[in-house]
Amino acid sequence: MNTITPEIVSARNLTAGYSNGTVWREASFTVNRGEFVAIIGPNGAGKTTLFRLILGLQQPLGGNIEIFNAEPRRGNPLIGYVPQRHGIDSETNIESLELVRLAFSGKNWGVSLSGRDREAALGAMKDVGAQDLAHRSLSVLSGGELQRIFLAEALVSGPELLLLDEPLSNLDLRHEKDLVQLVNSVVRSRNVTALLIAHNINPLLPFLDKVIFIANGKVATGKPEEVLTSESLTALYGVPVEVLHDSRGNVAIVGIEQHHGDE
Amino acid sequence: MALSVNFVTDLQELFRYPFMQHALEAGTIVAVIAGIVGYFVVLRRSSFAAHALSHIGFAGAAGAVLFAVNPVYGLLLFTGVGGSAMAVLSPRAAHRDVHIGTVLAFMLGLGVLFISLYAGNSSQTYSILFGQILGISSSDVILTLAAGVIILAVVAVVYRPLLFSSLDEDVAEAKGMPTFLLGIVFMLLVAVATSIAVQVVGVLLIFSLMVTPAAISQQLAKRPRTAIMISVTIALLATWLGLSIAYYGPPYPVSFYITTLVFGFYLLVRFVYRRVRPLTAYRAALKET
Repeated sequence: MNTITPEIVSARNLTAGYSNGTVWREASFTVNRGEFVAIIGPNGAGKTTLFRLILGLQQPLGGNIEIFNAEPRRGNPLIGYVPQRHGIDSETNIESLELVRLAFSGKNWGVSLSGRDREAALGAMKDVGAQDLAHRSLSVLSGGELQRIFLAEALVSGPELLLLDEPLSNLDLRHEKDLVQLVNSVVRSRNVTALLIAHNINPLLPFLDKVIFIANGKVATGKPEEVLTSESLTALYGVPVEVLHDSRGNVAIVGIEQHHGDE
Repeated sequence: MALSVNFVTDLQELFRYPFMQHALEAGTIVAVIAGIVGYFVVLRRSSFAAHALSHIGFAGAAGAVLFAVNPVYGLLLFTGVGGSAMAVLSPRAAHRDVHIGTVLAFMLGLGVLFISLYAGNSSQTYSILFGQILGISSSDVILTLAAGVIILAVVAVVYRPLLFSSLDEDVAEAKGMPTFLLGIVFMLLVAVATSIAVQVVGVLLIFSLMVTPAAISQQLAKRPRTAIMISVTIALLATWLGLSIAYYGPPYPVSFYITTLVFGFYLLVRFVYRRVRPLTAYRAALKET
């Protein structure tokens, strides 16, 4: 596996879907080392499907995708993944340190006897400013605190590519901002690459190197200022769309004729 | 049997009859196993699947009785096949309640058919449904021990992967862990544990050993190993105390005592501990200031 070249993810004419149909088609893009990339699009557009392709959990229907210049494969240790959680909630009375430890050594058979996983877990938790949460139960953590733990869980094995699936959903504005800044500082300080799925691009805009916009079965990629234009999104959606900017640089995407307003 | 004031004599008295010895031996093994496996059942939110497995086992046990075979073998066969099928057909068993419920109702029906075909007396049926810990033979104890050792060995090997995939299946899958296989292993563990636990509490009362102690322990401890130890302790205490009370006290069914004791622990933790804990934390905070 060659990790020296800057290309971390490269897709050519990539088509994704399931046995019952195509989700999106003909996507070509590259993501380079150290880039912070947002994946934006309406519900069901196929954003998580892209993650599944990168993780090797699903095969492309067409085209080609390479991760670290190789075919995607399950269990790639260079990838840290934060899925949308459903299993961990207010009923999960487990210390957060235990979860991060398991993310480090959970693949090993038998019972843990060395303290290596504990040290690694504490280090990862410190990196995301969650050392104070180490001995608290997952069941009592707030949404923002949980996302920090999940980020530590993804970082503990020292990945070079982070996949974050909607970490901002259910966070209030302040925690949304905190988490985006945290991810950005991880990306910059460790020179890792982050792909982050979100509904609202605005909290991410100041930090992004690239946007992958998925809608209407198509994928548009580029720098934010290239993708988030009325022309580019009109072409993507196939209906007239206007991108509005406010005085602080926030964008709003509105349909001009059909008023059902996607994000 | 009356209690003396001498604890040692009382304890010796408990072991005087072989039926009590067998009951204590098998009960101890079952409590340890149920406490451990139950922890994963609760963590994976598969208590309904565990409940269903015991009902599937009922059909197996009733079938075995019909063919004059030891009911434990019928239980092992049916729960083993049923558990694997559940794991294969619905990997996230907790989310498929309707399918599991449909199968368990059918299996219970099948059990009823086997019982009606069986011409012998109904005490066998009764003991499958509600447990008959005082009827355990020495060969049953050996079988229980063998099953217990196998379960312990398997849990020791799969402990971390099973724990992680129970807690965070999506990440475990992405990390390349064999989550599907672990799901089958887990269901087989539940199947074997259920089969041996039926001797003690019966298919209908299996929750009292397989689910409630683990549910209590997860309220009390946030570290898996501690929680497992608490779960085992509760199951053990309930079994031992249940047997002792039945021996020395009113001779009601042991499984009644066990379920009542477990329920008592549950109430204690649910309503007393939860009220005391915030108070203790409050006092500790006061001290710090």
